[in-house]
Amino acid sequence: MTTTTAGGAVRKRRILGRHPLGLLFSAPYLVFVLVVLAYPLGYAVWIAFHDFFFAAPGATVDRPFVGLDNFVTALTDPAVLQSFRNVGVFLIINVPLTVVLSLLLATALNRAVHFRTFLRVSFYVPYVTASVAVVAVWLFLFNGDGLVNQILGPLAPDPSWLISEQWAMPTIAIFVTWKQLGFFILLYLAALQGVPKELYESASTDGAGAVRSFFSVTVPGVRPATVLVLLVSTVTGANLFTEPYLLTGGGGPNGASASPVLIMYQRGLQQGQPDVAAAIGVVLVVLVLIIAFLQNRFVGERD
Amino acid sequence: MSRFQVILRGIVLALGALLFLFPFYYMVIGSLQEQPDPTVAGAFPNPANLTGQNYVDINERINLFQGLLNSGIFTGGVLLGTMVFGVLVGYALAHLEWRGRGVTFALALLVQVVPFQLLIIPLYVLIARDYGLSDNYVGMILPYFINSTAVIIFRQYFLQLPRELFEAARIDGASELQLLWRIAVPLVRPALITAVLLTFIGPWNEFLWPFLITKDAALQPLAVSLANYISNVAASAANPFGATLAGAGVLAAPVVVLFIVFQRYFVSTNIGSGVKG
Repeated sequence: MTTTTAGGAVRKRRILGRHPLGLLFSAPYLVFVLVVLAYPLGYAVWIAFHDFFFAAPGATVDRPFVGLDNFVTALTDPAVLQSFRNVGVFLIINVPLTVVLSLLLATALNRAVHFRTFLRVSFYVPYVTASVAVVAVWLFLFNGDGLVNQILGPLAPDPSWLISEQWAMPTIAIFVTWKQLGFFILLYLAALQGVPKELYESASTDGAGAVRSFFSVTVPGVRPATVLVLLVSTVTGANLFTEPYLLTGGGGPNGASASPVLIMYQRGLQQGQPDVAAAIGVVLVVLVLIIAFLQNRFVGERD
Repeated sequence: MSRFQVILRGIVLALGALLFLFPFYYMVIGSLQEQPDPTVAGAFPNPANLTGQNYVDINERINLFQGLLNSGIFTGGVLLGTMVFGVLVGYALAHLEWRGRGVTFALALLVQVVPFQLLIIPLYVLIARDYGLSDNYVGMILPYFINSTAVIIFRQYFLQLPRELFEAARIDGASELQLLWRIAVPLVRPALITAVLLTFIGPWNEFLWPFLITKDAALQPLAVSLANYISNVAASAANPFGATLAGAGVLAAPVVVLFIVFQRYFVSTNIGSGVKG
């Protein structure tokens, strides 16, 4: 700041803050968020309400407003409705399993004395590995005469896991639970550090056993993390694409494991109806928001 | 805690570790089998059935080196963007006072919950159609260029540095860039490593976006070319499982090795704070 233009400097400070350089430092990020996230988000909603198709580059085409037409097309399509039911099945299996297993393993890991590093690494490894790579192993494991069925023997389902209308979606839900669990264990481990030790001590003075103190100290103590785990696992489930695309050969059998994002890809990019695909996306996001709101309402802080 | 509970905890943890690690062990075993052996005995190495041929086979179908190189360029671009522009905005959010700081931080938090599934159609229309960036590294990198979780981790760590440190250096006449580069960055090196790890696994493992944007096999990251192999070519190969698992091993190895080497930076406090804000 110079002394000669003190008045101007004060005004500048009032408008831009004490360090206007901060804005300059943040400009690339702000441009990035605007161009790659905010604008496309608005554009998606715009596409969903207009007659939109892929035109030759440079061609000027008319894209009239069509109201809810795309939504009607999407929601009267049996394949779309089935994909939403499928993701419902997925969430009913995946979300509770994720919450229970990750909290259980995080609690056990938090108290473990031996092999902590080894256990941590082995729990996180599926999470850091590419879905495409581990899908390959699961294809081998859950194949008709794969290892899982060899072990199960006569108990193996027929038709096998990935080609059974009944089992395809549950198998995908189990796969994703296994794949993502490490991340949720990590979140719960962080939350467990924040539960005061004194609470456990006073619980045990009051005669509570391990099970009792788990339910009356640990579970309420990590509630904010549980809200986050519910939200993230629901969003992950809604984003499902790679697993039905590869594990069940494109959402088979008979669309029993098709996810809404897979249908968006098929309708939007393979069949040239990006407007219908965008409408499916809008419906999906609205549903996720409703689920997230309900989860927050029933599991979130009550005070 | 009773002896019974200690043993029970040990069993739960060991069983968990086994379930998490077995598929990786099986990936390696399966990739080395001459004949795919899905029986229980096949889960153990059998010297009579061992071969490295699967790695040769998969390399003939998809160019592994090119795939790794493309994954590397995609990931490297994202790392570069995050390390340069993410560090800048993280520092500005933590130690500079400027109009719009609150809004920018709120945006970085909001970005974490933006559903990518809604963005695939408009991003494809914009990047592939309007900007003509399909089959192009720039188009591949663009949506991931600056990782918002890393931005929040940077801010969190810069905030822990004492404010007086910066005030003193400013009085001594250091510029903000000097402050950032000479003082702030060296002090938060663990956060940088955590952010690099976290940012690395995103694009390296990403499938949907590069799959949509690259049709040219010579430009596809390994995750995309392996997925195409699984969904199209595998049926016509002699030992599809062996070759697929060999490819999966090559795709998984860099991340797994990197993760094991730097695992102590992948801890709950760093990442937990980033995700929770």
